[in-house]
Amino acid sequence: MSKLKIENIVKSFGDVTVLKGLDLIVEQGEMICLIGASGSGKSTLLRSINLLEPIDDGAIWLDGDDISLPGLDPQPVRQKIGIVFQSYNLFPHMSAVENVMLAPRRIHKKSREALRPEIEQLFEKFGLADRMDHYPDQLSGGQQQRVAIVRALAMKPEIMLFDEVTSALDPELVAEVLDVLRTLKAQNMTMILATHEMGFAREAADRVCILHEGEIIEEGKPEEIFSNPKHPRSQAFLKSVL
Amino acid sequence: MIAGVSTFIVLALIVILVPMAPGWEAVQKSFFNKEVFLKTFPKLLSAFWLDVLIFLWCAPLIAILGLAIALCRDVQSPVLFPLRIFGAVYTDIFRGVPVVLTVYLIGFGIPGLGLPRPYNSPYIWGSVALVLTYSAYVAEIFRSGIESVHKSQRAAASSLGLSNSDVMRYVVLPQAIRRVVPANMNMLIALQKDVALLSFIGPVEIFRQAGVFKSLLANFTPYVGAAVIFLAVTIPATRFADYLLAKQNRERS
Amino acid sequence: MNTKLSILSGLMLSALMLTPAHAGENKCATGLTVKEGVLTIATGNPAYFPWVIDDAPESGQGFEAAVAYAVAEKMGYDKDKVEWVRASFDQSIQPGPKDFDFNLQQFSITEEREQVVDFSESYYSSPMAVLIRKPTMEAGATATMDSLKTLKWGAGASTTALGFITNDIKPDSDPLLYDDVANVTEALKAGQIDAGLFDLPTALFTSAVLLEDGVVLGQFPAELATNPDQFGLLMSNDNPIKPCVDEGVRRIKEDGTLKRIEAEWLQETTDVPVIQ
Repeated sequence: MSKLKIENIVKSFGDVTVLKGLDLIVEQGEMICLIGASGSGKSTLLRSINLLEPIDDGAIWLDGDDISLPGLDPQPVRQKIGIVFQSYNLFPHMSAVENVMLAPRRIHKKSREALRPEIEQLFEKFGLADRMDHYPDQLSGGQQQRVAIVRALAMKPEIMLFDEVTSALDPELVAEVLDVLRTLKAQNMTMILATHEMGFAREAADRVCILHEGEIIEEGKPEEIFSNPKHPRSQAFLKSVL
Repeated sequence: MIAGVSTFIVLALIVILVPMAPGWEAVQKSFFNKEVFLKTFPKLLSAFWLDVLIFLWCAPLIAILGLAIALCRDVQSPVLFPLRIFGAVYTDIFRGVPVVLTVYLIGFGIPGLGLPRPYNSPYIWGSVALVLTYSAYVAEIFRSGIESVHKSQRAAASSLGLSNSDVMRYVVLPQAIRRVVPANMNMLIALQKDVALLSFIGPVEIFRQAGVFKSLLANFTPYVGAAVIFLAVTIPATRFADYLLAKQNRERS
Repeated sequence: MNTKLSILSGLMLSALMLTPAHAGENKCATGLTVKEGVLTIATGNPAYFPWVIDDAPESGQGFEAAVAYAVAEKMGYDKDKVEWVRASFDQSIQPGPKDFDFNLQQFSITEEREQVVDFSESYYSSPMAVLIRKPTMEAGATATMDSLKTLKWGAGASTTALGFITNDIKPDSDPLLYDDVANVTEALKAGQIDAGLFDLPTALFTSAVLLEDGVVLGQFPAELATNPDQFGLLMSNDNPIKPCVDEGVRRIKEDGTLKRIEAEWLQETTDVPVIQ
């Protein structure tokens, strides 16, 4: 059984159809990179998987359960699927460690004291040990994004979604965030990334999907896709970004 | 410097010219009578204590009810849609009716239904009228604060698996409330003045006490005394609210 | 039929009596009135029964409306030479020129007020009276000072009643104060106060018309009042018209006009018990 199965999902905003019957299967431990022009539907796809955007048609299966049924409580699903955004979205009124502890405290009903050791470990692992008590506006973009990743990881998700997590960063800060992603891959985390970092996608992804106008027009091993794209749209897109 | 000089000149002109007006002596006798001022001021001050008390018990209730109404207007669930309607109607009605009318209507009307003493007290129902009116305004302020928190904050919180109420309580409200502190300070200042409206239904607070002195002594100086007391409170409060607002604007830019 | 006849004859009688008076009148106010050739009289807004009927002083109906016209007549101003304006209490005691020659709305004459405005001789002297509702009476309120002390009191804020409550009645709890008679009545209805203190005619009117279960518990003996409530016509300070107005008031007293007006508009007050 696949970890995640997306079947023919459709999503419109008003008159604009953003996802047009998209299919995708993700296996346990796989890292998938979604690439494509802005507006091709990458973000919407990730937000739909996290149930932030209800889909109009189709289905999403997590471990064989349909999580896209209307009326279903989205909270347990979201606890299994973490998402990190381009703009970090840390809570500005809380310190880094409070940002990370909020969800485990409220959802798992654990005290700060009980959470502290494992959270400290996470901060240390991602080089943030001395930033735990800083507020978001005291952190660099790269640090903020790493805190955001730690925040999602603190819920021990089974799948992690990354929505252009390096796009808002200054070039010299991109590497530290990509390092985090490599570390997660080494731990066999199932990940889906929407990204513009073609070099990273080529190096790290197990599979690359090219989105165009709400559909996956081509998918495969990174070396195949990058060296020998078949779809004319893929060729045009890769030519423009490489 | 220039501002200082021109301010001085204007003040000097007022001080010199106004007493030259033919009616000044009569006006001074009626409005700025030192004797009357000294005689009535202590009692006005003690009457003001009642205003302070009314203010002190109204303000927290207004904050709580205002927040509750704002939250009603924000509910997302279709099942709770009537709450949204209720919130909208509530704010429309109580912002639309003059405060003094609400004070009369509730201050005399509800006790008139036959409540026994002390539950028919004008203090209770007058305060209720103030709380109802002001919470409608405060609810709108809170709502604007809630709406000013970017959607991505809610999305980030929801994506962690937090419930809607936790998202509101831990992520949206702390940010929203902080942003509307200056606006709410201004409401508090307005409330401090409107507390005097309770005098219409009986309580002898500073405004009424000044009125009693006025009719007793046929002299308006007690009103000037009351104004001095009000200003002593509201001017620092207004300055403080402006300071908070300026500070917030600096931080945002 | 009978009443109509008596009113008609009354009117004819007063017309007969007034004619000679006004024919030989020396207009002592000439050149001194606010508006040349006209006497401008102010009253409250609104003006209440029984002082002015239906808030229409122009009709001459009601005690103060009738007094105003009678005084005007003595001063040499016929009914068509009288103009009415309205003035609140605050407007009336404000410093500066006034837009009326005199103003009557149950202004009690006090020493303090006389420093800012002028009063004519008194045209009515009213005892203070206690208005309560039947339930309070059934609960045991009586026309004795001891009983009155235990009541919760209310009064109009710009009347002299407050001083009377605090100095003479000395109740156990602080009185509540209101803008006008209507609000005191409303507070009685709401049960927020037990008793209201008014001048007797107002108390009688209120119990008869405004308050369904109102009772005038009693009136205070005049000698008890620290400020016996004397109503005077209010004028601006040092108004040169004052001697002329005083003369008018004196003459309606002397020739019995005032007594007749009182008998016509103010209810019989002798059956209200005097408070012990």
